[in-house]
Amino acid sequence: MMFVRSFLLSLFFLVFATPLHAATLAEYTFEDPQKAADFREVIDEMRCLVCQNESLAGSNAELAVDLRNEIFDMMTAGQGKDDVIRFMVARYGDFVLYDPPMKPSTYPLWFGPLVLLIIGALVLIRALRKKSVTQETELSNDEQQRLDTLLKQPSDSKDAKK
Amino acid sequence: MIPEIGHYALILALSLAIIQAIIPLAGSYTNTHSWMALSRPLVWGQLLFLTLSTIVLANAFLANDFSVIYVAQHGNTKLPDLYKISAVWGAHEGSLLLWAFLLAAWSAAIALFSRNLPLPVVARVLSVMGMISIGFLLFLLLTSNPFDRTFPVPFEGRELNPMLQDPGLAIHPPLLYMGYVGFSVAFAFSIAALLGGKLDASWARWSRPWTTVAWVFLTVGIALGSWWAYYELGWGGWWFWDPVENASLMPWLVGTALMHSLAVTEKRGAFKSWTVLLALFAFSLSLLGTFLVRSGVLTSVHSFASDPERGVFILIFLLVAIGGSLMLYAWRAPYISGGGRFDLISRETFLLGNNLLLSVLAGLILLGTLAPLIYDAMEWGKISVGFPWFNKMFVLLTPFLALLIGVGSISRWKHTDAAFLVKQLRVAFVVSLAFGLLTLLPLFSDGNLMVGLGMGLAMWVVTSHLVNVKERLKHKAGFNGFLRDLSGGGRSYYGMILAHMGVAMFIVGVTMVSNYGIEQDIRMSPGDTANIAGYDFKFEGVSEFPGPNYNAHRGRFLISKDGEQIAILLPEKRTYFVQTRPMTEAGIDWGLTRDLYVSLGESLGGGDWSMRLYYKPYIRWIWIASIFMGLGGLLAITDRRYRTARKRASSTSTLTAGSSTPAAAESHS
Amino acid sequence: MSRYLRFLVPLAIFAVIATFLFKGLDMNPREIPSPLIGKQVPEFSLPLLEQPDTQITNKDLLGKVYLLNVWATWCVSCRAEHETLVQLGRMNKVDIYGLNWKDERAAAQTWLRQLGNPYAANIFDKKGRTAIDLGVYGAPETFLVDAKGIIHYKHAGPVNPDLIRDKILPMVAELKKKG
Repeated sequence: MMFVRSFLLSLFFLVFATPLHAATLAEYTFEDPQKAADFREVIDEMRCLVCQNESLAGSNAELAVDLRNEIFDMMTAGQGKDDVIRFMVARYGDFVLYDPPMKPSTYPLWFGPLVLLIIGALVLIRALRKKSVTQETELSNDEQQRLDTLLKQPSDSKDAKK
Repeated sequence: MIPEIGHYALILALSLAIIQAIIPLAGSYTNTHSWMALSRPLVWGQLLFLTLSTIVLANAFLANDFSVIYVAQHGNTKLPDLYKISAVWGAHEGSLLLWAFLLAAWSAAIALFSRNLPLPVVARVLSVMGMISIGFLLFLLLTSNPFDRTFPVPFEGRELNPMLQDPGLAIHPPLLYMGYVGFSVAFAFSIAALLGGKLDASWARWSRPWTTVAWVFLTVGIALGSWWAYYELGWGGWWFWDPVENASLMPWLVGTALMHSLAVTEKRGAFKSWTVLLALFAFSLSLLGTFLVRSGVLTSVHSFASDPERGVFILIFLLVAIGGSLMLYAWRAPYISGGGRFDLISRETFLLGNNLLLSVLAGLILLGTLAPLIYDAMEWGKISVGFPWFNKMFVLLTPFLALLIGVGSISRWKHTDAAFLVKQLRVAFVVSLAFGLLTLLPLFSDGNLMVGLGMGLAMWVVTSHLVNVKERLKHKAGFNGFLRDLSGGGRSYYGMILAHMGVAMFIVGVTMVSNYGIEQDIRMSPGDTANIAGYDFKFEGVSEFPGPNYNAHRGRFLISKDGEQIAILLPEKRTYFVQTRPMTEAGIDWGLTRDLYVSLGESLGGGDWSMRLYYKPYIRWIWIASIFMGLGGLLAITDRRYRTARKRASSTSTLTAGSSTPAAAESHS
Repeated sequence: MSRYLRFLVPLAIFAVIATFLFKGLDMNPREIPSPLIGKQVPEFSLPLLEQPDTQITNKDLLGKVYLLNVWATWCVSCRAEHETLVQLGRMNKVDIYGLNWKDERAAAQTWLRQLGNPYAANIFDKKGRTAIDLGVYGAPETFLVDAKGIIHYKHAGPVNPDLIRDKILPMVAELKKKG
């Protein structure tokens, strides 16, 4: 099964592709600089579907060029960023967005780091509380001696032991 | 016949690694001196054979021996010699060989610099290194042998990926791998300590310089990769949140946390079990990165020829190495003693806060990188997680890190008076706040809060450390006192200052370039002039220019400001003969306060070309920052207390220098 | 949490990650599920490949279960799957419509003459606009559409006899039964 998959994968890379096309973003000019910025932002934040991790802005694949043209036409016709996003998601799914949409299925993604931070902070606070009430358990004399002989030197960390 | 010698050397190295993994470890338990003493010669033997292997492969490239599949795939007679050498690690098999070689080199370094360590510790550490080596050598021999032959022999090789034909990228992988592999040393020390049941301050003291060196390599390696992406990809970006980049950033973040937590463990004997865990994670994440890049589970710009069969092998390797070490951890860590008491306001607390933030950052990168995979596996729908998500998360969390830096580095071990902190830092705080607000004025950013925040934080890092240095030098006799401090036990302290200044520079660079960077996509005819940020870019046309193994279109730009010419830029677009993919070489006029950047797009006919022109303010600061961090790390490891051999002679002077001003001595990093 | 249990947390986290990595080995990160499943075939009105003057629209295709195959002469794996499609056409179990994507008319006609024509008709999408509406991101792609014009299944990449026998034809039979 592994072999079959690796074979299919290599086939995919070899032949499942669209031709390259000389492309440039210089063709897209807007009168309104805000529109130009929006256009640039939206194609930067969209994933090219046929290429390895490239944005629509960065890809030279023919499909990417077509989609850029389509988006350009939409925006010159007065549609906004959100319209473009809706258009693309309806056809290619959330996969096309580098900026995942906020919805119940992406809550784990968006709030996961926050949860991680809160859990970490709680554990930290608990540990700190414990630390500030526990008894002094510095290196015992025996341990200190062993450390000193191991390092064959007087310890610098003495200054921490007032 | 020669490539077979390389292959044979790999097998011999594996045999030695197996012995190295078993005999010294067994000796450490049975207290058999001769078994333990075997570890050092075994390591040298391994290094010898792996060096031989690497040389054989390099020689095959130099001699254009296309009967070796790997050379046929990545070599070429026209390839310049430098790239024939770098082709050794330019693809999967060879880069694995480099891993194994560097692992042997690090092991040898331990063997060399461990005279002061008790033999059982050395034996255990080198045994663990041997186990890791077994994993990599098996991986090489079973799934990725770089010496495999092919018949009939091709007349010409398919050449190294043109993207990798660049001096920057030639040395990027070795540096990066030095970092990844370097974390194996801290890992091995931790495992050895868990096995031996001795986790004390001396363990932390031994681990520290090794961790710092690995961290320095990783820092510089990552920065080099970022710099390369900047001038080679033609998009003017310096970080793309690609899975491969993320794979290097995770161990870096955890390694950074580890360095700070090791400081606490060494100085105060605290956080031991946490520090051990970080050491295990730093290396585990390096291994995980290898898996992500080579197994094909994620799509990435850089991904190596991925192969699920290799994926299965690495996964098993991960299970044994990471799963095994975490099991050992779960078994032994409960018996690790707690360490010294400290108050809520103390350096320990702030360093723990730093550890929390760095770990959360590493955790969120892991989440973001694996999310597409997790969502697919759970059938929650296919998603992509790209730069917008990562940027948002980092912008939310990293400011707290910058705040903590200032407070943490000035506070004292065990207990710090809140009043002391306020007294020390109030000036720094007011200055930073004022500076941040100043940058909001219409003259500078016109109310761009991100600029205010970034510049305020950078100023905070700088001023709080100035106060810190002033406080340290208060009791030292002026400049001479500073010099004596620097030649004595103060180097790790000044290393910290230097590295933290790097952080400030980094913040400035990122803030400036992301808020004031200008980009223009434009069509130009020869003779046209475009103006960006006050600079005139005059396009003089494109001419053809032959390279050794490529043909280039080279554009010529005259850059001038106020009518005065300041630079000539020659951006190139190369088409390599063998791998016909076009590659860009940006034309860059670099400066401390700004880069001017031209990337050649496409020929539009009639001499016209599409261009991307950029104005990138302060972008150099991002990479210079990494040099500061690296130098800081290097300075820190030259600190006297690590040069244990020489210490005996100067022990009396250490004692007086170290304890004359307790307050200052306490703020050793 | 007990004193011992909490040291197992890292191991547990790793176990979860490793499980996902293991599952990941058998998944294809580049395959994108179509959001059009369960939705109507988008509206279009395009010329036929064979008769440039005749327009065909999505409404013309209503009333029967059919496969919509996206292909082009520049696409190497379309050639690889063509034989399979020809054989499927001979079985007469389901109509196949072609969407000739961003292609040259003459080249496409020659291709069909030389390699056989399994298609009931070919829609000539020179500009690729309908392909975008269909969420096509590469060729070949194959859609299964029911009599009401609703898309039930999409396969990206070349179809093979196994897929047709085990997946497509059973679905076709079921959709036809429903009417």
